[in-house]
Amino acid sequence: MSGKPKLHYFNGRGRMESIRWLLAAAGVEVCLYGSLLFQQVPMVEIDGMKMVQSRAIGNYIAMKYNLYGKDLKERALIDMYVEAVIDLNELLMTHILQPADKKEQHFATIVDKATNRYFPVYEKVLKDHGQDFLVGNQFSRADVQLLETLLMAEECKPDILAKFPLLQSFKARISNIPTIKKFLQPGSQRKPPLQEKDLPKVMKIFH
Amino acid sequence: MSGKPRLTYLNGRGRMEPVRWLLAAHSRLVFSTDGVLMFQQVPLVEIDGMKMVQTRAILSYIAGKYNLYGKDLKERALIDMYVEGITDLMEMILMFPFSPPEAKEKNLDSINDRAINRYFPVFEKVLKQHGQDFLVGNKFSWADVQLIEAILAVEEKIPAVLSGFPQLQAFKIRMSNMPTIKKFLQPGSRRKPPPDERYIETVLKIFKK
Repeated sequence: MSGKPKLHYFNGRGRMESIRWLLAAAGVEVCLYGSLLFQQVPMVEIDGMKMVQSRAIGNYIAMKYNLYGKDLKERALIDMYVEAVIDLNELLMTHILQPADKKEQHFATIVDKATNRYFPVYEKVLKDHGQDFLVGNQFSRADVQLLETLLMAEECKPDILAKFPLLQSFKARISNIPTIKKFLQPGSQRKPPLQEKDLPKVMKIFH
Repeated sequence: MSGKPRLTYLNGRGRMEPVRWLLAAHSRLVFSTDGVLMFQQVPLVEIDGMKMVQTRAILSYIAGKYNLYGKDLKERALIDMYVEGITDLMEMILMFPFSPPEAKEKNLDSINDRAINRYFPVFEKVLKQHGQDFLVGNKFSWADVQLIEAILAVEEKIPAVLSGFPQLQAFKIRMSNMPTIKKFLQPGSRRKPPPDERYIETVLKIFKK
């Protein structure tokens, strides 16, 4: 088990999911460890460090496995794209936590932000350079995080990509990358979305 | 105006303040400011031919460019962890002025609690354990800038907050005396004052979409 990163989190997506995606994309095998040991999670034991803070962890993995662009400027672009995706992810993830009377409005907000603020940016990026990947004509963390978010958005509203042909082909293309394809199959580290019935358990963990 | 990073934001601290701090910490940098909101999204920094949004992306770029990001991947990882932790605390301070009057006392207690029980102890311990002047790699980095900014911001609200943290007190004095930071802390610098009534009104009006 030595050498493999060890992930500490509860058995759900939450703030660890993006990290699972990134490690999977890089073809890195992880040590399974479902329990919550420490005050702060996500926590990843990697290369002799106990890392907390999902962004710090994501940065480290991306750099280590060459998913962070070839220079500072590419890294800047990747950072911008990733940060925006994180904002949208946050909206998607908190949907299930909304009280019943706020759910419909929250859903409308998600759809509005996704289709009017975020998706158009990425659609345009892909259109402008016509390349397969978001940055530097090379697979990077930005592609991984965007795919993750596109799939989560579709879970929320299946036809949400209807007006974004380039994002649709991006989705198909990135999903077919061998490491990603493997991650999308049953039996991988990928977690399913949180179900209503699991909510009480999760709330208890975080309180 | 070419060559100088250009900052677009409101005329207040908000999410741009860490960027002002980081740019100021690097000596040779002078930046021009623009009070007008040009785009849907702020903060916006025009730098090296890019129009950058997303505070973290901007800060990462500046730190990387000006050698404030450690010497290798592991130092970078430490800096990232420290910065992210501090950012969580700063977020509470950022939001504080906008909390309703009846919630203000409770929120202030939360800030105090997080500062003295969760975040400051970590940095106190780091400094004590390695005994060096700076948080990471015995060299001035983004983490140090972020921490001094946070310490001063919390002290504005809770003046005695550092009373149980001798290492942080010494750190604060040390950082405040670094020439670039010392200059930034003097009147007339790009540093913005704490939010006042007028700023709060402006923000609420603009962001009430």
